[in-house]
Amino acid sequence: MFATYLRRELLGRRRQTIIIAIGMALAIALVIIVNSVAAGVKNAQAQVLQSVYGVGTDVTITKPVSAPAAGSGQAQGPRFDFGANSGAQSSDGSRTVDSSRLSVGFGTNTMSDSALAKVQKTSGVAGASAVLSLQNTSFKGTLPDFGQRGAEGRQSGSTGGSGATGGSDGKGGSSFQVNSFSVMGITPGAKAVGPVASTALGKGRTLTSSDKGKDVAVLDASYAKTKSLSVGDTISIGGKDFKIVGTVKPTGSDSATASNVYVPLDVAQSLSSESGKVSTIYVTATSAADVDSLKTSLQKVLPGTTVSTQADLASNVSGSLGSASQLVSNLGTWLSVIVLAAAFLIAILFTISGVTRRTREFGTLKAIGWSNRRIVGQVAGESVVQGVIGGIAGIAIGLIGVLVVNVISPTLTGGVSRGGFGGALAAGARRAFGGTGSGSTSTGSTSGGFGGRGFGGGFGGAARAAASSSTQVDLSAPITVWIIVIAVGLAILGGLLAGAIGGWRASRLRPAEALRSVQ
Amino acid sequence: MYTLKNVTKEYPGKGRKVTALNDVTLDIPDGQLVAIQGPTGGGKSTLLQMLGALDRPTSGTVELEQSSLGKLGDGKLTGIRGKEIGFVFQGFNLIPTLTALENVETALVPLGVPAAERRDRATKALESVGLGDRGDHRPAELSGGQQQRVAIARALVKEPEVLLADEPTGNLDEETRDEIMDLLEGLWRDRGLTLVIVTHDSAVARRAQRRLHIKQGKVKEVA
Repeated sequence: MFATYLRRELLGRRRQTIIIAIGMALAIALVIIVNSVAAGVKNAQAQVLQSVYGVGTDVTITKPVSAPAAGSGQAQGPRFDFGANSGAQSSDGSRTVDSSRLSVGFGTNTMSDSALAKVQKTSGVAGASAVLSLQNTSFKGTLPDFGQRGAEGRQSGSTGGSGATGGSDGKGGSSFQVNSFSVMGITPGAKAVGPVASTALGKGRTLTSSDKGKDVAVLDASYAKTKSLSVGDTISIGGKDFKIVGTVKPTGSDSATASNVYVPLDVAQSLSSESGKVSTIYVTATSAADVDSLKTSLQKVLPGTTVSTQADLASNVSGSLGSASQLVSNLGTWLSVIVLAAAFLIAILFTISGVTRRTREFGTLKAIGWSNRRIVGQVAGESVVQGVIGGIAGIAIGLIGVLVVNVISPTLTGGVSRGGFGGALAAGARRAFGGTGSGSTSTGSTSGGFGGRGFGGGFGGAARAAASSSTQVDLSAPITVWIIVIAVGLAILGGLLAGAIGGWRASRLRPAEALRSVQ
Repeated sequence: MYTLKNVTKEYPGKGRKVTALNDVTLDIPDGQLVAIQGPTGGGKSTLLQMLGALDRPTSGTVELEQSSLGKLGDGKLTGIRGKEIGFVFQGFNLIPTLTALENVETALVPLGVPAAERRDRATKALESVGLGDRGDHRPAELSGGQQQRVAIARALVKEPEVLLADEPTGNLDEETRDEIMDLLEGLWRDRGLTLVIVTHDSAVARRAQRRLHIKQGKVKEVA
């Protein structure tokens, strides 16, 4: 009778059943999709972190950046000063300048490399290595004959007089090429922990311990390709020519490795005037379970540094992956909670209204001897079945949704933010080259300016491109048994909740009152 | 069958208590057909609820056979209703989503009758009220008279000692009313039931062996 009655009620009150089931289905589908996408995003973040920090890195140690003093070199960004007689002068009076500098990136701070020894001595550390992350910025271009342009400007009060000569267009214009790439100083031949661990040899050879002190470089394969550089060529870093001895490519599905160029650590330190300094130490723990306690002991050993675990770093992943992560964790979670709550509420309200409408029915059943328990069971049974129908439909819709996500497989770009290096550098560049022509660039007495804005933008763009050694990850949303189990559990829970509340209402009906209320 | 001694039933009303039954003492012997009449609000339905183990008296005792209904717990009362008392209501009170046969079966559910036997007995009960061919109809597909027949089949399928009918013909036209009364009377006679009918209708009351009049909670015999 229980099953017959239940079936008849659900079929007989089809509209109510469908509404409750649809509400539940949407909620369950959303929970499945959000959970699955969240798992996918988490995987993607791990992938990005691996490409940047290396496979097997459990902890990274950096020094927090203190705000640079106003007017200091770092606050203003990299700066190139050209005197009136800088560079080589050509026959038309224009000058070709070419300058390159290797410096610690904006937003990166360094610490003494003695920290590495301290880390290696700490118990729980399986391996550690240190790197120095640098940014090489080169500035190459043609300046017009400023002496002549200055005279013209003073005479006519206007700029760009017809008499100007030289420059890139022969009429006093200027042309600059700004180039920026990341350079990482690594310990040659050291045990692979950190970014190098997630690279594989492309061509040539990797850096070995005999490369210490030598001007040799290994390039990221994709960077080498873009710049048409190959093994045996030279690359100018910090104004010095380095011999390219090999290329490396990422081991994962990423497009590039953590840095454009890798050079021996000691060379990088001396060239960037950062002797004895490193920017990041990568640590592998002896046991993955002890990462948190290792973090605590490292913080004690190295006060004043930032010790981050993989979990801490996940929040640093930027780019569309970072946005996706935030979207899923904030909007997605809240949306599921709200829709789930709404579905539960709908189920509960419909069940209560159903019980109220069926007052006479339950009163009659009580009058003919049905126990409270049987009636509560009947009401709860109906609700649970409605919930389960909704849950099954929800799982179907959810799986289709996840399938759609996987078919579309949106490509997310993720990088690890390094204190907004790109933007800061671009701002610094704009200040220096922004085209105001106020003389701050030490180009003599010229008031005509450089004949064009846009350097800042171009430079900023280049800087940004170099700074975001980003990784592209195709998002795939995995479905686990647990997600399904949770979904089914929620559906049953919703049904039980509605059934319990509805049943409680039904059980409180006194048969006499139930009968009287309608007659 | 029933022995009522000094039964008073009060309901909490707005500001003051409403006395629905006032010191009623009454004896209903086995197999009697009793009609209860009286004005609306006089206490007819309350008396029927006392007899039907649907409610307990505020004071006094209601005895059904050997059981004192006022002293029993909810579970026991439910058991007595399920086993010994059949109800017929003015509004038929059939479950709209169930078929006629399934409605009759609901009365056998609390008794734990196995499904096959339940179906069998329900079919026979429907035949006994002349609706053997309507077992798979929903209440909405039946006329008022037919619905009341289904309700009577439901009340009698468990073979109770007592049948309590609250305005059983109140919603029916005269012709159908007489048919239903004929049916009830026939069943009462054939099965030796104790039949208590609450009614406004004197034509119905006149068919009873004994007529009671209840007004302002006081019961009087009508000669």
